[in-house]
Amino acid sequence: MADSFRAVKVTDHVYWVGAIDWGIRDFHGYATHRGSTYNAYLVVGEKTALIDTVKAPFVEELLARIGTVVPPERIDYVVSNHAEMDHSGGLPAVIAAIRPEQVFASTMGVKALREHFRLGREVTAMKDGESLRLGNLTLSFVEARMLHWPDSMMTYLAEDKTLLSNDAFGMHLASSERFADEIEDGVLAEEAAKYYANILLPLSPLVGRLLEKVGKLGIEIEMIAPSHGPIWRREVEKPVGWYAKWAAGETSNKAVVMYDTMWQSTATMARAIAEGIAAGGASAKMMPLRAAHRSDVATELLDAGALVIGSPTLNNGVFPTVADALSYLKGLKPRGLIGAAFGSYGWSGEAVGQIEEAMEAMKVELVGEGIKVKYVPDEESLSRCLSAGRGIAERLSAKAQGRGDSGLRGAG
Amino acid sequence: MKKYQCLACTYVYDPEVGDPENGVEPGTAFEDLPDDWVCPQCGVGKDMFEEIA
Ligand SMILES: [Fe+2]
Ligand SMILES: [Fe+2]
Repeated sequence: MADSFRAVKVTDHVYWVGAIDWGIRDFHGYATHRGSTYNAYLVVGEKTALIDTVKAPFVEELLARIGTVVPPERIDYVVSNHAEMDHSGGLPAVIAAIRPEQVFASTMGVKALREHFRLGREVTAMKDGESLRLGNLTLSFVEARMLHWPDSMMTYLAEDKTLLSNDAFGMHLASSERFADEIEDGVLAEEAAKYYANILLPLSPLVGRLLEKVGKLGIEIEMIAPSHGPIWRREVEKPVGWYAKWAAGETSNKAVVMYDTMWQSTATMARAIAEGIAAGGASAKMMPLRAAHRSDVATELLDAGALVIGSPTLNNGVFPTVADALSYLKGLKPRGLIGAAFGSYGWSGEAVGQIEEAMEAMKVELVGEGIKVKYVPDEESLSRCLSAGRGIAERLSAKAQGRGDSGLRGAG
Repeated sequence: MKKYQCLACTYVYDPEVGDPENGVEPGTAFEDLPDDWVCPQCGVGKDMFEEIA
């Protein structure tokens, strides 16, 4: 392995020594259609520090890449920015292999690591704003509590103006290119949005504050090296701008229609609603749940203004795929949505009411009454669906105009 | 006295209970918590708390 896996030079003092997970498609319930990377970084000054490790099965790859820069046992310090196991899973093996002088984490990270592993050695807490000298270089630590775990922390290398941002500004994207400027813009925008929607959305209020805090620190950032996906060696204002926009919760006049169906009745209703949304001048994004993954629904919802949910009633309740996606979306705490529920049923028809209750708990403002259709929708029911769709579109346009922002109309 | 909830992790600070593990006596109003008090569950600061009914 030693010669096949090489480090990639990022700056004068920073090397990427992570691992590429080409095959992963399910990252704790998040569909990673393009795989992922676990980025670890070696900072080489008069002293040498390893920032983060990789998921446990990839430790050999990490050590092999390190070995192309320095013999691993020459590493003096290991910094754990985040205790989640995609970054810390390799920590016990790495510590055993390189026997660092010291291991560092945030205050909350020290506790979290203790609750994950029996490392059998001390981990030193680094407070917010504290720094660590590597002789000629200085690593400073910025706490990012709850972005996205209590222990989350970022490491800044002043000499190279590089922010090792851990999960923030990351994306699940396996590629042989290490830098964002080598990858298609559309792919970057899509995967960054997906990451934000699925990991950071519930913490949006904190994201805005963190951006402010980093702004106030007055540190220059020319490069952002996150723990997943490509490194931003130029145009760092691009991912930062995206985060500011998503944290502010800007929406377009897009309506996400997520639904499932048993005998095509609820699906037919969904299609009629989509026709109404389009006829009303808004954009409908259809998410049939046996074809669309819950994490893709979350991504579409990131800039949507409306959420419309359809479910047949199965054994007196919501259809399982719909209940799954609903529970997932509820946890992501989307803000400022309008919405509606619909569905077909055979005899009792509880699903629509149950969905409306769940949407109210999510603070979705319900527009009109839920539409329930017995067995198979007739012409009259379909025209009710059509006008419900129109109603949603009208409300979305009114919202956009209220913001004086009709430029967003039709944006998808 | 009003209860406050952490926006990040949903922990609720109840003044009747206080936060004895971190040296806050029962009966301490949220406003009287020291500035460096943090959410005992997730660690964010007081400014991330919102009053709840
Ligand atoms: Fe994480
Ligand atoms: Fe991660």
